Amino acid sequence: MRLLQSMVVALTLLVPAQALAVQPDEVLSDPVLEVRARGLSKELRCMVCQNQSIDDSDAPLAKDLRILVRERLTQGDSDNQVIDFLVARYGDFVLLRPRLTMYTVLLWGMPPALVLGGLVALIRIARRRKAVGAVNPGKPEGGQLTPAEEARLASLLKSGET
Amino acid sequence: MIAELGHYALVLALVLALVQVCVPFYGARRNDLALMGVAGPTAIAQFFFVAFAFVALVACYVQSDFSVTNVYENSHSAKPLIYKISGVWGNHEGSMILWVLILSVFGALVALFGDNLPARLKANVLAVQSLIAFAFYLFILVSSNPFLRMPVAPLEGRDLNPILQDPGLAIHPPLLYVGYVGLSISFSFAIAALIDGRIDAAWARWVRPWTLLAWMFLTLGIAMGSFWAYYTLGWGGWWFWDPVENASFMPWLACTALLHSAVVMEKRNALKIWTILLAILAFSLSLVGTFLVRSGVLTSVHTFASDPARGAFILGILVLFIGGSLALFALRAPLLKQGGLFAPVSREGALVFNNLLVVCACGAVFFGTLYPLALEAVTGEKISVGPPFFNLTFGPLFLSLLLVVPFGPLMAWKRGDLLGVAQRLMGAAAIAVIGIAAAYAAEGGGPVLVPFAIGLAVFVIAGALTDLVERTALLKVPVRTALARARGLPRSTWGTAFAHIGLGVTLLGIIGETQLGAERIAELKPGQTISIRRWDLNFESVSERQGPNYKEFAAQFTVRRHQNGEVIGTMEPSKKTFPSRGTGTTESALMTRGVGQLYLALGDPNADGSIPVRLYYKPLVLLIWLGAVVMVIGGGLSLSDRRLRVGAPKRARRQEKGGGALQPAE
Repeated sequence: MRLLQSMVVALTLLVPAQALAVQPDEVLSDPVLEVRARGLSKELRCMVCQNQSIDDSDAPLAKDLRILVRERLTQGDSDNQVIDFLVARYGDFVLLRPRLTMYTVLLWGMPPALVLGGLVALIRIARRRKAVGAVNPGKPEGGQLTPAEEARLASLLKSGET
Repeated sequence: MIAELGHYALVLALVLALVQVCVPFYGARRNDLALMGVAGPTAIAQFFFVAFAFVALVACYVQSDFSVTNVYENSHSAKPLIYKISGVWGNHEGSMILWVLILSVFGALVALFGDNLPARLKANVLAVQSLIAFAFYLFILVSSNPFLRMPVAPLEGRDLNPILQDPGLAIHPPLLYVGYVGLSISFSFAIAALIDGRIDAAWARWVRPWTLLAWMFLTLGIAMGSFWAYYTLGWGGWWFWDPVENASFMPWLACTALLHSAVVMEKRNALKIWTILLAILAFSLSLVGTFLVRSGVLTSVHTFASDPARGAFILGILVLFIGGSLALFALRAPLLKQGGLFAPVSREGALVFNNLLVVCACGAVFFGTLYPLALEAVTGEKISVGPPFFNLTFGPLFLSLLLVVPFGPLMAWKRGDLLGVAQRLMGAAAIAVIGIAAAYAAEGGGPVLVPFAIGLAVFVIAGALTDLVERTALLKVPVRTALARARGLPRSTWGTAFAHIGLGVTLLGIIGETQLGAERIAELKPGQTISIRRWDLNFESVSERQGPNYKEFAAQFTVRRHQNGEVIGTMEPSKKTFPSRGTGTTESALMTRGVGQLYLALGDPNADGSIPVRLYYKPLVLLIWLGAVVMVIGGGLSLSDRRLRVGAPKRARRQEKGGGALQPAE
């Protein structure tokens, strides 16, 4: 995500400065701060809207928050300080990317757990099938020959050669 | 009178549905062909009654009969005819009628084209299908009846939400519903197989066309909804990870997984239990989607009305069908015999890997969507799960899936040769590297990740083409021979290639839109000019217009090439206000340049006469939806494969005895 962020920053830096505003009157004169403000805006929820970030929303509250973010940044806050300030004020609800807390461990843990669980299950199933093939010497399973059959095949091939 | 007839037709459909649940099911237990035969005619009759109810409701809307509550609340006499008709499903009650209409269409289609199904399977499938229909008819009649009258008929209606007064409404919900509801067929087949405790490769062949059809419509419906959001919301967003979008995306993912696992089941008689489970999950996710959207637990543009009674009813349906089907699955699945074995590195293995990643991606979307609801219900803690979460979890899963997509179709069945396949993909990889280098050069040393993402998209496309080139031996034999071989290829091979190419094309569009675009936001007065990339836009004038049920404020811009000042067209963004609702919409202006677009939207005019405008250049953006169309073409090609056509397998077998097929059967 760091990489993605720096990528966005680098991309937007290529663009002339006067464009970097959601509303023309909100622009910060410092383009570096403005890029940080835009990045932060995309991570913050407009709390009166239907699932929109304050960067996307036209609602008055979103505008207030955008201006607030810019005020904090010009006062020298780091990105994390701005986020802490907003969370203290509005609660975790304002964050579109939930923080890792005891409430969200399950949320963040679930996708990797699913992948790992799936992989483990697949490996176990594959192993069990091999084992089933090995303990049933009488019955051929799929394309695998049992050891007894292998031996018989070898002897048949030998007798064919002579 | 028409409304009452429609209401009555719906009641009759309900009764018929009950008959269709009980009689064929009992007949299947008794092995009584006459009783089982009842299912076909009742399914077709159900379709006629529901169609009648639907037409009756449309008639009420067209006549602007405001004595019907539903029409009063959602229509207006001055509304254009197309929006009067599409407005029928622009509200909760009407959209449920559309839902059951499509459900009954599918039921009737199975009855009509299911002659080649074993009698017991057909009877069970139609009984299950009818049970779903019964639950939804009951839901409509008890809590969402669109035919109820007003105590006193008002003179004028309250009009439809302006955002919904768009051609998108005429197309998007019906497409999506065909997809959602189409999955009910695979579900019914899965339940019927579980009831019988019997399932074989033929089952997969019967289910596959229905699943494919549902998948095509879901793909189109989602793409259409995304395009609608793109042009209507004023800043060109096309995907928001909104819970309602996720509600349509999860069934799509499950359906994609189901299509791939059904292939394994059909060819190799393996993955039976898994395929059945996916069929159940895909439709369950459709139901969850319906619950999320219709119950009002979410706030979203799609939630027309929130009513706790409705929510409780749908939740009941949800518990009954999902819980019931999973319980039946747990009971019966162990009885199903496993089929053919395969090595981990094989076509089957590749398809299993696809299933793993797609299902996990679907799971990530599922948890992200429902976790805030569950957390709030359990602890009272309110959190938001937004795009950054989904980009972080879904993104890596899907990108790694794309990396292995080209390998799948090149793998041999049973036991594959990974190294060999990698060698055959060297050409595609080389093209991808050229793509990376070209993108890097064009970007002028910008961020590194973007060229690599472009390289991945190129690899997916080139990899899919590799399969076609190899099978037609395009580079080894004369072109004419290659063309003849191309004609001889099974349609499903073409389908696979197209669907995978479509994925790559969509990825290109997503990269272009999110990473390579430009944005200008400014306040302009007439006469001023704004520039973006290679274009200058001159703000000429403003004008006002009166529409049938709205007022429109428009601004005219002339677009010139930056280099030589040549005029290449005009753009006219506008804002509409609808007095009947006191709200408005922003109509952005779009100009297509190649596969990119210029996107221009207006803000509210300032006191000094200037207007805030947002101007975007979105390169490659059209590829997002073109890719979806290519995927759907792939689905269509696969659907037209002769082994899937009704009755075709028999004829094909007869032909094969005569002359040898040019290509080995896929």
